[in-house]
Amino acid sequence: MESAPRRLDPDAVFRGLCRAAAVGILALLVLLVLEMTYGARLALFRFGPVFLVTRAWDPVAGRFGAATFIYGTVVSSFVALCLAVPFGVAIGLFLVEVAPRPLRGPVGFLVELLAAVPSIVYGLWGLFVLAPVVRDVVAPALRATLGFLPAFRGPSHGVGMLTAGMLLAIMILPFIAAITRDVLTVVPRELRESSLALGATRWETLWHVVLPHGRAGIVGGVILALGRALGETMAVTMVIGNNPQIAASLFAPGYSMSAVVANEYAEASGPLYLAALTEIGLLLFAVTVTVNAFARALLWRMARDISGSARG
Amino acid sequence: MTARRTTSLRRRVVDRVMIALCTLAAVAAVAILALLLGYVLAQGARHVDLAFFTRPPAPVGERGGGFLNALVGTAIMVGLASAISVPVGVAAGVYLAEFGRGRLATAVRFVADTLNATPSIVAGLFAYTLVVVPMRRFSGLAGGVALAVLMVPTITRTTEEMVRLVPRSLRESALALGVPEWRMTLDVVLRAAAPGVGTGIMLAVARASGETAALLFTAFNNRFLSRDIDQPMASVSVQVYTYAVAPYDDWHRQAWAGALVLVTLIALFSAAVRVATQSRHRPLL
Repeated sequence: MESAPRRLDPDAVFRGLCRAAAVGILALLVLLVLEMTYGARLALFRFGPVFLVTRAWDPVAGRFGAATFIYGTVVSSFVALCLAVPFGVAIGLFLVEVAPRPLRGPVGFLVELLAAVPSIVYGLWGLFVLAPVVRDVVAPALRATLGFLPAFRGPSHGVGMLTAGMLLAIMILPFIAAITRDVLTVVPRELRESSLALGATRWETLWHVVLPHGRAGIVGGVILALGRALGETMAVTMVIGNNPQIAASLFAPGYSMSAVVANEYAEASGPLYLAALTEIGLLLFAVTVTVNAFARALLWRMARDISGSARG
Repeated sequence: MTARRTTSLRRRVVDRVMIALCTLAAVAAVAILALLLGYVLAQGARHVDLAFFTRPPAPVGERGGGFLNALVGTAIMVGLASAISVPVGVAAGVYLAEFGRGRLATAVRFVADTLNATPSIVAGLFAYTLVVVPMRRFSGLAGGVALAVLMVPTITRTTEEMVRLVPRSLRESALALGVPEWRMTLDVVLRAAAPGVGTGIMLAVARASGETAALLFTAFNNRFLSRDIDQPMASVSVQVYTYAVAPYDDWHRQAWAGALVLVTLIALFSAAVRVATQSRHRPLL
């Protein structure tokens, strides 16, 4: 019956289209890296690796260095982790082990909703609510109690490194809480029951049995949250103070990698200025990719361990 | 000498105190988060009015005006981004779930996860070099491309997960009826997975609607109502930012109203997603 010349096999066409879309995603990443490297070439050639440790940022004189921005990104993210990890893990523990059942759903939903709130909204709140609180309440209290440390000396104008760190902490809290909850949920019941049967208290069971079992997963989640904090732009831009300096005090304004790109890119004049900003963006991309790959490797290993122990 | 059968007082106290501390930390954190949402709701509700939805911004220095230009701009750019990212994302997700074995699939999964975690400002830089530089001006098109870059990985990964959930027997029944593979995938598998795939798309749309950093130097901003995608275009998020850092009280009030609209949108999407996937486990990341 087949008299017409053979047409293209529709199944092959369909597979090819799907495959093309998948390959397109790979191409997107390659294109992104190439485009940005090309965009940053002037700065890359001109400054070389010294760019990373140069503190000068003087567009008029054409002198650029990323040190102050790297410092701002690292310090604000570090402050955020210090604050968010204990609270986030506590929320996770509370949701899985402590909270009465009817409470788990609503609290879980609130936590998830907060992970979805756009960063511009956090920034708005940080600028008009959190910054004044830091200036009038948090900074004076820290100065009175921990003022012997250089990190907690000097005046606070509200916006600054500490405010950025606190706001970032609030933003990554839902992520740490959610991943802790997910990891602890899969800790086998038998482990808990054995521990309790041996006479351990509830806290001893959590601390010595449940948490260590989920440690790899929680660490992976914390690192994912770190990746988010490092790349977070709008909220940080609005509260970090946007002043390129390395100050000992956390109250002082700083600047972050994402913030300098957000603030200055649209108005940057001159190819070298643009290239320097693009190089900062490229650096930020490289750092977040590395951090995320590391986190995923940890989470992947944990998933493998769990499925392995279930089989064995 | 008999063994003590009761737990020592010290251990019981430690247990109580630590569990209490845990609860307290959770309560404190949830309180902070609730405070944040509550404040946005209260401030926004006080300042949102009809003009917010029906009027473009008033000339600088004059009171009044609204966010019409930004609402239209966000709708256009998110629509544009969806038009690009939905076909690509769904097709790539189908590939990963149905045909994806071996190195290529692993690489695509890894890259999708990597792109998913890419800071949005980087997507902005990418769209800048790709679209803004050749066109020599900021445009709604560049904004749409930047948002699409952010949406594709989310859609791909959720589509893959949802298509995987479709039972094998359904595929086999279709094939047994003599349906070609491509029709089976489109008409049976994708249709069965449609609620889940739709959820993923909605999540991506919700995230894109609130996105700011990727639009700052791609779509830029526009104080006038514009539908041309080859011209600079306003968006709710960028306008909230501009208004928040400007020195006018009236603009601050409008920024809160804008934030309320964004949060309401996200809450609606989240609630819809929760209803659509009631029993299934949803990964947050």
